[in-house]
Amino acid sequence: MVPALPLLSLLIWVPILGGLLILYAGDRQRESIKLFSLLVSIIVFSLSALLYLRFDTSTALMQFVEYSEWIDTFNINYHLGVDGISVPLILLTTFTTVLVVIAGWEVIKTRLSQYMASFLILEGLMNGVFVSQDAILFYFFWEAMLIPMFLIIGVWGGPRRVYATIKFFLYTFLGSVFMLVALLYLYSKMGSFYIPDLYKLPLSLAAQKWIFIAFLLAFAVKIPMWPVHTWLPDAHVEAPTGGSVILAAIMLKMGGYGFIRFSLPIVPDASAALADLMIILSLIAIVYIGFVALVQQDMKKLIAYSSVSHMGFVTLGLFIVFSIINPAQPNTGAVMGLAGAMMQMISHGLISAALFLCVGVMYDRMHSRQISDYGGVANTMPVFAAFMMLFAMANAGLPGTSGFVGEFLVIMSSFRANVWIAVIAATVLILGAAYTLWMYKRVIFGDVANERVAGLQDISRRETLILLLLAVAVLFLGLWPAPLFELMDATLNHLVEHISQSKIT
Amino acid sequence: MMPITAEIMFVIPELALLGLACLVLVCDAFSTSPNKLLTYWLAQISLAVVIFLVIYLSPGDSVSVFHHHFILDPLSALLKVTVCAATIVVFLYSYHYFNERGLLQGEYFVLGLFAVLGMLVMISAYSMLTVYLGLELMSLSLYAMVAMNKESGTASEAAMKYFILGALASGLLLYGISILYGASGTLVLPELATYISSQADNRIAFIFGLVFVVVGIAFKLGAVPFHSWLPDVYEGSPTAVTLFLAGAPKVAAFAMAIRLLIDGMLPLHVDWQGMLIILSLLSMAVGNIIAISQTNIKRMLAYSAIAHAGFLLLGILPGLQISLGASYAGALFYVIAYVIMSMGAFGFIILSGRKGHEADQLDDFKGLAEASPWFAFIMLLFMFSLAGVPPFLGFWAKWFVIKEVIAIGYIWLAVLAVIFSVVGAYYYLRIVKLMFFDKPETRPEIGASRQVRVMVSLNGLAVLVLGFAPGELIRICTTVLGL
Repeated sequence: MVPALPLLSLLIWVPILGGLLILYAGDRQRESIKLFSLLVSIIVFSLSALLYLRFDTSTALMQFVEYSEWIDTFNINYHLGVDGISVPLILLTTFTTVLVVIAGWEVIKTRLSQYMASFLILEGLMNGVFVSQDAILFYFFWEAMLIPMFLIIGVWGGPRRVYATIKFFLYTFLGSVFMLVALLYLYSKMGSFYIPDLYKLPLSLAAQKWIFIAFLLAFAVKIPMWPVHTWLPDAHVEAPTGGSVILAAIMLKMGGYGFIRFSLPIVPDASAALADLMIILSLIAIVYIGFVALVQQDMKKLIAYSSVSHMGFVTLGLFIVFSIINPAQPNTGAVMGLAGAMMQMISHGLISAALFLCVGVMYDRMHSRQISDYGGVANTMPVFAAFMMLFAMANAGLPGTSGFVGEFLVIMSSFRANVWIAVIAATVLILGAAYTLWMYKRVIFGDVANERVAGLQDISRRETLILLLLAVAVLFLGLWPAPLFELMDATLNHLVEHISQSKIT
Repeated sequence: MMPITAEIMFVIPELALLGLACLVLVCDAFSTSPNKLLTYWLAQISLAVVIFLVIYLSPGDSVSVFHHHFILDPLSALLKVTVCAATIVVFLYSYHYFNERGLLQGEYFVLGLFAVLGMLVMISAYSMLTVYLGLELMSLSLYAMVAMNKESGTASEAAMKYFILGALASGLLLYGISILYGASGTLVLPELATYISSQADNRIAFIFGLVFVVVGIAFKLGAVPFHSWLPDVYEGSPTAVTLFLAGAPKVAAFAMAIRLLIDGMLPLHVDWQGMLIILSLLSMAVGNIIAISQTNIKRMLAYSAIAHAGFLLLGILPGLQISLGASYAGALFYVIAYVIMSMGAFGFIILSGRKGHEADQLDDFKGLAEASPWFAFIMLLFMFSLAGVPPFLGFWAKWFVIKEVIAIGYIWLAVLAVIFSVVGAYYYLRIVKLMFFDKPETRPEIGASRQVRVMVSLNGLAVLVLGFAPGELIRICTTVLGL
C-alpha cells in the first residue's frame, strides 16, 4: 500500500511548524491564536485518524514507511514507520493535544502564544518518538521533548514549579543518557541504528543484561517505576493542568513504548532473565504506591501516585509474558499480557487525563487542590459531579469502562504465571477503588463545606465538551475494546514470536 | 624536494596575514578618526582574504614543506578556516563592545591578527619547533589583549596570572620537547614517531618527555589540574577578549594536541591515553561541579569551558584506530561545535550589557523572556546546546565523542562522561530558569547595535540548523582525516 501523503512526516512537522508560526505571531491577537492552535491540533488529529483508517491490521510489518538519508557517514536515517503498537499511541497523543488546547482556552492568562506553541511543538516531538524507526532519530525526539515540557512546568506551573521542573528534567535526562550509551554500544557491534536491524543482533547474556539495565534506567524513570518515581508527584502537582494531562497521558506511555520497542525485542534473554525483578518492582509499585495514594491530601498528588500504581500494571503485563511463553504451545496467554499492558496504557492515558482535567476544573474556580477545602461539590456542580463519578469509577477499574479491560487482561495472564502474583496485583482493584472513591466522596458528596464551594458555578460548555469527549472514549473502549485489539494483534503476535527465541550467541 | 620558491607557495596565507597585519598596524598609527572604522574593516578584510587563500591554495592532500617543518593537509585547512571565521565574528562583537564603552584601540585588532597568525602556524606545525613558535606568537598576543583595558585592576590581574602561568606552561612544554629531541635527535614529528616505534624496548625517555608535553597541552586547553588560570582570566578580561579566548585558541590548542600526540607520538598511544583519561575525568568533574556554585556568568562559562575541555580530551583519546572505526574525528567536530556555541553564549553577554552595566551576573538575566522573548529564546538554544540536549548542535558533538569512545571499548568512560554532562545540565538549566521563570528585578534592556543583534541571532540559528542537519559537518570532519 502506497500512501498518497507522507502522513507520518505531516504528523511530526505540521504541529511543529504551527507552533513556530504561533510563536512568531506573539500575544497580540489572543482569539486568533486560540483558534489557530485548535485548528492545527484538529488537523493533526484528522491526519492520525486517516492513518488509523488506512492502517492494515493484518500484518506486523512497518507501514507508511518513509526513508531518506540524514547523516550518511554513520548510517543514520530519517526512517519512519508505524505498526500496531505505535498507532494507538499516536491517536492518543493527537486526541489529548486537542483536549489540552481547549482546556487552556480561558485559563491561561500570560504568554498564551508560547503556551499553545509549546504544546503543539511537544505534540510533534511526541509523534516523532512513536514513528521513528531509527534509534538515533528516536533518541533525538525523545530528548527534545523534554525542552517544551520543562518550559511548560516552569513558566505556567505552581509555586514550587522551578524545583519540580528541574527535577523532572534532570531525572529523565539522567535516565536517557544511559540509553544513548547502550544504543552507541549496539551500533559499535552492528554498524546500524535501524531498530529492526538491532533485533537481529546476537548478543551474549552478560552484554544483554547491561543493555537491559541501560534501557531500564531510561524507561523506568519515564514510566515511572518504583523507586525512581519521585519526580512524578512533584512535576504533576506543579504543572499547569494541560502539562499534567500530557505528562500523564503520553509521556508516561513512552516508557512502556520503549520497553516494547527496545528492551523486549533487542535483549529478549536479559528481559526473560530479569523478568522476576521487574515483576517484583511492578508489584511494589502497584501495592505500595497504592497505599501512598490513599493518604494524600492533595488531589493532583493522589492522581499522580495512582498513575504510578496503574503504570505498575503495564510493566507487570509486559514482563509476566516471560513466565508464560512456552515454545510448545500457542502464545495466546503471552499476547494477552502484552495486549493488556497496551490497553492499560491507552486507558490510563484517557482516565488520568480526565481526572487531571477534573481537578483543573475545580482548581480554576477555587485555586486549591486540597481535598479538605472541598466537600459537597455535587450540590453546586451536579453535571461535573456526574462526569467525575464516571472517571473515578473508571480509575477504580469498574467493568464497562476502559480501566477494567487492561487490568483484567493483565491479571488473567498473571494467573497463568503464578496465582500469587495475580492475587497481589488484584489488590489494586480494591486499593484503587479505596483511594479514588474516598477522595471522590470527600470532595463531591456531603454537605457544602464552605461558602466558596457554595458559590461554585457548574462547568461551562467548553469544559463539558472536553469531559464528554473523554467520557465517550472511556466508555467506548470499555464496552467495545475489539477495534483496539485488532489494531495491535498482528504486531503483538509477531513480537511474542520474536522474544520467545533466544538471541544468545 | 621542492625548490624553496615553490615551497613558499604553501605558506602564502600566513605570509599574507603577516603583511596585512603590519598594514593594519601602520594604517591604525596614521588614522585619526576616533571610531577606527578603517582599522576594523582592514582587519576583517585581512581575515576574509586569508580564508580565501587557505581554501584556494589547499592542496587537497597532505604536503609537508620546509624540511617537514610545516604541513598542509585538509585538517589544517578546515581548522584554519574555523579560526579565521571565528575571529571575524569576534571582531564584529568586539568592535561594537569597545566602541560603546569608549575603549576602542586599534591595537586590539592588530594583536588579534597576530594571535591568529600564531594559531595558523600552530595548526600547520609539523615539527616541535614550529609548534612552539606558533604557540608563543599566539600566547604573547593574547596576554596583551587581556590587559587591553589599562584602567581595570581585574584585567591587569588576569593578564598577570595568565602571563606567569602561561610562561610556566610554555617552559614545561619546551622542556618536554627538549627531552624528546635529545632522545630521538629529530624535531620533525613524523620522524619522531618512526623513531619511537623503532625503540619499542627503550621508551622511558620518551614517556618522560611526553608527560611535559601533555602538561603543556592541558594548560592551553584549560584541563584540570592546570585550569586555575582560566576562571580568573575569563572573568577579569573585557568580555570581548573573553569571547576571543573562548573560541579560536581552543581550536589551535586542539591542533597542537593532534600534531604532538597523534602525528608525533602515536606509538606512545597507550601511555598518553591513560594521562588523557585522568585529565578529562578530572576536568569534567571539577568543571561541571564548581560551575554550579558560580554567580558570575563569565566565571560559570569558564568552568563550563573546563568541562568541555575534558570532553574534548575524551575525543582525542581514541587516537587513530582505523581497524576499530575509531578516530579523533569526534574531537574535531566537538571543537568546531564548541567554538560556535561558546561564541554565541559570550556574544549574548555582550548583547545584554551596555556602558556602565556589564550584565555579567546571573541575576542580570532574570525575567529576560518578558523583556525580550527573541533573545531569551536564542540564549535558550545556546544553553540547551551546551548541555548537549537535542535537537541542537551540542548534542551531536557529545554524541560523536561518546560514539568514538565506545568504539574503542571504553564503555565505563562513556558512562562517566554522560553522567557528568547531566551534572552540567543543571547550571545551564539555571540560566534558562532565570530568563523564563523569574520575574525581572530591574527591567533588562537590550541596547546593543543592530549588527550585534543580527550576529547573535544568526549564531543561535546556526546552532539550531546544525542540530537538525549535522550530516554535512560530520562528513567534513571525517573526510579531512582521510576516513
